[in-house]
Amino acid sequence: MATVHLPSGLTAFTGGVDTIDIDAARVPDLIAELRHRFPQLGDHLDGMAVAIDGEIYQDPGYQPLRADSDVHLVPRIAGG
Amino acid sequence: MARLHIETTINGEPAEFLCDPHETLLSALRNGLGLTGTKEGCSTGDCGACSVIVDGRLVPACLVLAPEAHPLQQKFLEHAALQCGVCTPGFIVAAAALLDAKPNPTEEETRFWLAGNLCRCTGYDKIIRAVLDTAAHIRESAV
Amino acid sequence: MSIPREFKYVGTRPIRHDGVDKVTGRASYGADAAWPGMLHGAVLRSPHAHARIVSIDTSAAERTPGVRAVVTGSDFPETTAALALGEAAIDLRDISESMIARTKVLYHGHAVAAVAATTFDIAKEAAEKIKVVYEPLEPVTDIDRAIAPDAPILHPTLKTKGAPEGATGPTNVASRLELKRGDVDAGFAEADVIVEREFRTAMVHQGYIEPHACIARCGEDGRAVVWCTTQGPFVVRDASAAIVGLDPAHVKVIPSEIGGGFGGKIVVYLEPLAIVLSRKAQRPVKMVMSRDEVFRATGPTSGSKIRVKLGARRDGRLVAARASLWYEAGAYRGSPVGAGAMCAIAAYKIPNFFIEAYDVVVNKPKVAAYRAPGSPMAAFAVESAVDDIARELKVDPIDLRLKNANREGDQAPYGPKYGPIGLEPLLETARRHPHWTAPLGPNQGRGFAVGFWFNAGMNSSATVTLNADGSAAVVTGNPDIGGTRVAQALMVAEELAIPVERVRPSVGDTDGSGFTDVTGGSRVCYATGMAVIRAAEDARDQLKARAAKMWNVAPDAVTWQDGRAIPPPGTEKAEPLTVAEIAAKMTHTGGPIVGRASLYAPMAGPAFGAHICDLEVDPETGQSRVVRYTAFQDVGKAVHPSFVEGQMQGGVAQGVGWALNEEYIYNSDGVMENAGFLDYRMPVASDLPMIEVANPLHPYGVRGVGEVPIVPPLAAVANAMRDATGVRFTELPLSPPRVLAAIESAAPVPVDA
Repeated sequence: MATVHLPSGLTAFTGGVDTIDIDAARVPDLIAELRHRFPQLGDHLDGMAVAIDGEIYQDPGYQPLRADSDVHLVPRIAGG
Repeated sequence: MARLHIETTINGEPAEFLCDPHETLLSALRNGLGLTGTKEGCSTGDCGACSVIVDGRLVPACLVLAPEAHPLQQKFLEHAALQCGVCTPGFIVAAAALLDAKPNPTEEETRFWLAGNLCRCTGYDKIIRAVLDTAAHIRESAV
Repeated sequence: MSIPREFKYVGTRPIRHDGVDKVTGRASYGADAAWPGMLHGAVLRSPHAHARIVSIDTSAAERTPGVRAVVTGSDFPETTAALALGEAAIDLRDISESMIARTKVLYHGHAVAAVAATTFDIAKEAAEKIKVVYEPLEPVTDIDRAIAPDAPILHPTLKTKGAPEGATGPTNVASRLELKRGDVDAGFAEADVIVEREFRTAMVHQGYIEPHACIARCGEDGRAVVWCTTQGPFVVRDASAAIVGLDPAHVKVIPSEIGGGFGGKIVVYLEPLAIVLSRKAQRPVKMVMSRDEVFRATGPTSGSKIRVKLGARRDGRLVAARASLWYEAGAYRGSPVGAGAMCAIAAYKIPNFFIEAYDVVVNKPKVAAYRAPGSPMAAFAVESAVDDIARELKVDPIDLRLKNANREGDQAPYGPKYGPIGLEPLLETARRHPHWTAPLGPNQGRGFAVGFWFNAGMNSSATVTLNADGSAAVVTGNPDIGGTRVAQALMVAEELAIPVERVRPSVGDTDGSGFTDVTGGSRVCYATGMAVIRAAEDARDQLKARAAKMWNVAPDAVTWQDGRAIPPPGTEKAEPLTVAEIAAKMTHTGGPIVGRASLYAPMAGPAFGAHICDLEVDPETGQSRVVRYTAFQDVGKAVHPSFVEGQMQGGVAQGVGWALNEEYIYNSDGVMENAGFLDYRMPVASDLPMIEVANPLHPYGVRGVGEVPIVPPLAAVANAMRDATGVRFTELPLSPPRVLAAIESAAPVPVDA
């Protein structure tokens, strides 16, 4: 089960839940499951970067998840 | 390969010529400027027939590259005194003027002389070091 | 990555390959090219900071002899495309409208039309003849006005993204972000010392010396070629294609040498205009910005308002932090306030915090990235407050930070745990450095601050081609801002064991190089470097296979050592072969050898910087000068140490300018009053001392260097000012009039024992 942590600003759309266990092999499956469970998240998840076990992916693509991956959704940042 | 345009002073007179980047001063003098008084005897710096004085130093012209960088240009490269390089030509010209006017400037004098040239990449540290190093180099070479 | 532990080339300081061109002025930057038949473009810009466009009549311009094309916003299609720049999805409709106005002008200098003519002067004069009827509206140029309930609204349809449920109505707040941990009220209840302040910084510009410039040629067939100065040729291609309505497969972008960028040349301002003018005129069009236009109509970085409240126990442990950040986005949404929120307390283990961040639109140019975007302002606020806590508790400022410093495994404020980070060693090194305990002279003060920034990864491609003489060419799509070409050559030299002078590094155009993300985000040496190394390894694998052919042995029996292919033991008539020897026979063993690699890299580990600044303040004029500066940073392995030092020194200089003198000064009509280098005062050589750089660290793998150095100086300078004058300044820049007024009105503060 990957554990997903949401930033506190999004908990308004999850009824206050900020930590969720999800069984998913890849990031797109994880995001789809999050949207399924919390439809109010809607497109608030768009444009977020994903940190998987400490490594931040600005575009997570099809990154695989391990059985016990720790996943954080973080705002995307721009460099200069 | 593009030929380089060199402006310099020869025997006290302004002169200019085109040369290839790897052309020797000997070749540039003889073939570019028609100054055949300088002779080629060995092309390895052993016979002295091509001797000339460059910036006060006696050198064999067969061993000197015609488009040899002004010491400032070389020092800027050695000190990595440029990053994007867009301000560099302006700095080199300004620094050359400083060294003509003051062959032994202090760091403070250098900084104030160059205060009219903006650089946004380097913070000026390596530029100042390159200029001071050039001044020292020129003084040592003149000895 | 198989970098050998003992380096022969990496870590040395060879002269950069493009060096002679740069010191002789031969190198071609954006404005240095000319194409046959070229026209010149000029832009007509709005005299109002906020207005509706009622009508535009271009007929007088079109009739002017020498004019070949005139365009307005109506020549550009509506686009809802978003460009995944990798770092941040950029709404191209905003970029397109910011580049040339449609129904409203939203900042003074906002383009409304462009003209191409046979000379620049004709184009400029013709542009002035275009009749634009405006309905002026009240401009908003500061945050407080923009968020007031009765504020003039820039975008009637704008809604606050991320607002708590129920927030509706016209607003200038484009988004809200929140980061939270623990119980911040309980935390403050526990605190013995609390510092609470409001900080402000002004809009500032990256200040690159080379203005934006391009030449574009677009045929009737919709195929375009663009030459321009840019940090991202692929961004120019994809953004221009989407904005103009072309197929990106038909657009080629050739990057010139770039005279500084710092994030400000990641977006397009001229290229789509030049393409459409060229398409109309059927001739190439060259456009070069004036310095005035660069200030008014490119992408400076946000001014900010930041409220910070920090609480600490008497033993020095930080127990609570509350921060509210408002950043100016300029005329269209998208300030780096989210990054500011993530970075603000990244250095410290604080169990309870609440951070909220607001992106606010105002009638100023749309902001663009500027070196660690969002982080310097946040560091100014938090590091000033930490300094005040240290003073209240009477502890050494570095000791206080050591007591609270995050380490590997600690949780970052934005969620994930830190991997290996070098904050503690950095602080220890700074504390041991002679600068920290050197005596100060009269009117001098010392300030300390840390800073934090990410290091991007993303897409990179590279090819390494071998020549028959054993030399190699390495090509990437990353314009070289600070010496990355020579770093790439060092990597290839290391992998193939050939001299670095025999490696030719170059920057390709968008047809000749594989896709690569921008030069920026401190990513080129790390991510593109990774691609370069892998491409060199690929070439090396091919070299081994060729040697196997020459020896008539199985390819996997060949090993590689010290720059030579080694035959399996016992092979007859087989001596180890160098790259040159194998390359000389390429044609006979299978053809040319081209190594290639492409990758998407995750972000490299984030990095910290720590700076010590000594400032001398003249109490009679308020003028101040940095008299000594030392910068520490965990940069990992320095591939070319001179350019690593250069990045740090340059970032420090920009940060010092931001702290002491730089600001956009606006009048009540929303017009910038100091749009030139005389009055927008950047540091010159006489403003700065030598900037000492210390790289003492255990190399925590490879990470970037370029952006972190600009983060600590704002607070380091402000803390030095506090030390020198006894006054805590909460507003930047610390320009002489501001400092003088504060010194004169401040009550004397007892000197700390």
